[in-house]
Amino acid sequence: MIGMIRRIVLFIGDPANSKKVKKIGIAMLIVTLISDFFVHREHAMYIWDKIPGWSALYGFVSCVVIILASKFYGHQCGIMRDEDYYND
Amino acid sequence: MTEWIHPSVFYIPGAFLLPFLRGRIQKVGMLLIPFLGMASMYLMMRLPHGTYWTANFLGQSMCFGSVDKLSIVFGWVFTIMSFIGMMYALHVDEAGQHVAALLYVGGSLGVTFAGDYLTLFIFWELMAFSSVYLVFARREPDAIAAGFRYILVHAFGGVCLLGGVVLHALGGGSMIVGPLEQDGSLAFYLMLIGVIINAAVPPLHAWLTDAYPEGTVTGSVFMSAFTTKTAVYVLVRVFPGTELLVYLGTIMALYGVVYAVLENDARRLLAYHIVSQVGYMVTGVGIGTEMSLNGSVSHAFAHILYKGLLFMGAGAVIHMTGRRKLTELGGLYKTMPITLVLYMIGGFAISAFPLFSGFVTKSMVVAAASHDHRPLVALLLTMASSGTFLHTGLKLPYYMFFGKDSGLEAKEPPSNMIWAMTVAAFLCIAIGCYPKPLYDLLPFPVDFDPYTGDHVTGALGILLFTGLGFFMLLKKLDPEPTISIDTDWFYRKGSRVFMWLASKPVAKTDDYVGNIYQTWFSRFTLVFSDIFARIFDVRGIDGAVNGIANFFLALSRLVRVTATGLVRHYAATMLIGGIVILGYYLFATLMSL
Repeated sequence: MIGMIRRIVLFIGDPANSKKVKKIGIAMLIVTLISDFFVHREHAMYIWDKIPGWSALYGFVSCVVIILASKFYGHQCGIMRDEDYYND
Repeated sequence: MTEWIHPSVFYIPGAFLLPFLRGRIQKVGMLLIPFLGMASMYLMMRLPHGTYWTANFLGQSMCFGSVDKLSIVFGWVFTIMSFIGMMYALHVDEAGQHVAALLYVGGSLGVTFAGDYLTLFIFWELMAFSSVYLVFARREPDAIAAGFRYILVHAFGGVCLLGGVVLHALGGGSMIVGPLEQDGSLAFYLMLIGVIINAAVPPLHAWLTDAYPEGTVTGSVFMSAFTTKTAVYVLVRVFPGTELLVYLGTIMALYGVVYAVLENDARRLLAYHIVSQVGYMVTGVGIGTEMSLNGSVSHAFAHILYKGLLFMGAGAVIHMTGRRKLTELGGLYKTMPITLVLYMIGGFAISAFPLFSGFVTKSMVVAAASHDHRPLVALLLTMASSGTFLHTGLKLPYYMFFGKDSGLEAKEPPSNMIWAMTVAAFLCIAIGCYPKPLYDLLPFPVDFDPYTGDHVTGALGILLFTGLGFFMLLKKLDPEPTISIDTDWFYRKGSRVFMWLASKPVAKTDDYVGNIYQTWFSRFTLVFSDIFARIFDVRGIDGAVNGIANFFLALSRLVRVTATGLVRHYAATMLIGGIVILGYYLFATLMSL
């Protein structure tokens, strides 16, 4: 089993397989998105919970917002400093 | 009742016994102590709930064993995690660290089963003072400094807690640990501040992200598990339904995520995600419904295991490479594949992937927020979980194990580390696949099924499309060799403001006062003493001394004449003396006739 894990990790990490890994990733995204259209939504509490594909959109937007907002905060608000900031 | 055994009975005396054991026997002891702790938890589940082990101390009734479902679930996870942490630390040949870790766990369990605030406070302080050694033990100047900051913040928090408890008691409040009346009194807020410092609620969180990355590799695994989760336990017990905690918790969940984007130090990134994850628990406590409290407790349970696993994974990399910055790591997948897979299980668990532990617990908090009609809280918490996967599940492993090859020579860590991580990883998956045993442990009956179709596809949608965003913005996310200013600035740089105040304005004032003293007071005193010198000293004292001296000088000159050294002179003197005496008596006799 350890040998199998090692082979899988080496396969994913090898730059030669990056095209294949990318294809698997895209396939997973599509399957997730499509299956979201076929599930029951009797527990939905809010309007957005009833929209198929909402979570995919919200996840993507969240990710982009978090990265851009944080980097803006770090760079423009003087939060990120030199590593010796506290030592001088 | 004697059949109830407090698990700390094994940890605290065991800690003092451990340094006397050597080699293999010490290692057996390290595993036996947590094992006995788990055994006592197992026995505890068969006993009726109630209070055990009460004692009277200086007229104060102390209760060491307050047992109910809430304390049992925390007792279980603390003992399990101590077993995993000890296994991870088996290769460390420094008894001091093991002693500190065992006392630390003993303290957490003491807080968990404390029936009154005094007992709780004593174990609370034991935790702070034993855990700081796990930071000091790294022995680097940075670690020592961070350790001192850590202990100062916790000392402050402890004083707040104690002050609150004393005011509460003086106001006629009960010393029994239980939900406080939310009367907005000073006692209430002091106790709340004392507890949320330990829960690392911003802006009082910076001690955590300051100290945890500076601890030893094995010590930080313990730290990641116990302090914040003990505080969550006290929050659930004492502050359920405190509205303020809903807002603080939600801010916290996002705050940790924002700082994790900027972070370059592997363990500091994970530390910011402790802040983020504890945010879910704090929110759950603030909402205060049965479902949300269940969510907080179960999330604490799952969190201890997966966060321990993540710290163990990052610690294994630091242990084997000696590097801690993402900018200096990369390409380790070839040499450390097992560590990578075990780390990723923790990463999937914290990100709440279906079939992993975070999914069955975190979703309970988010669902509780929805059920309590707080759509914004639910949306923001969902956003934070996207950020969690972004960093812990993608950014950190990408730059540590993949990314550009750093060319570091590394191999898999010692087998005890791998085994400890395996146990934690197994539990992360087991809880995720079969949550019923955990749900049965929770303080309230659970009416929640995480595995509904829309729930699963919803979670996968959030997470996988976060992954899409990550790879699209990969260039933006490259770690930068910087540090980020957080609220610890106020006592790290702020102390310099204090030093400047001390050196400039205060020193100036001191000079000024000194001058006044010199000019007026000293001069006046000098003039006064001069007058005294002239009159008393010269005329009086000197005069008397000199007079006596002169008299004796003259006398000695006179006497010297008689001392010539010649026998005939002495004989003559004696003769004259004899004549004088005889003459005197003769004269006296004649006069009396």
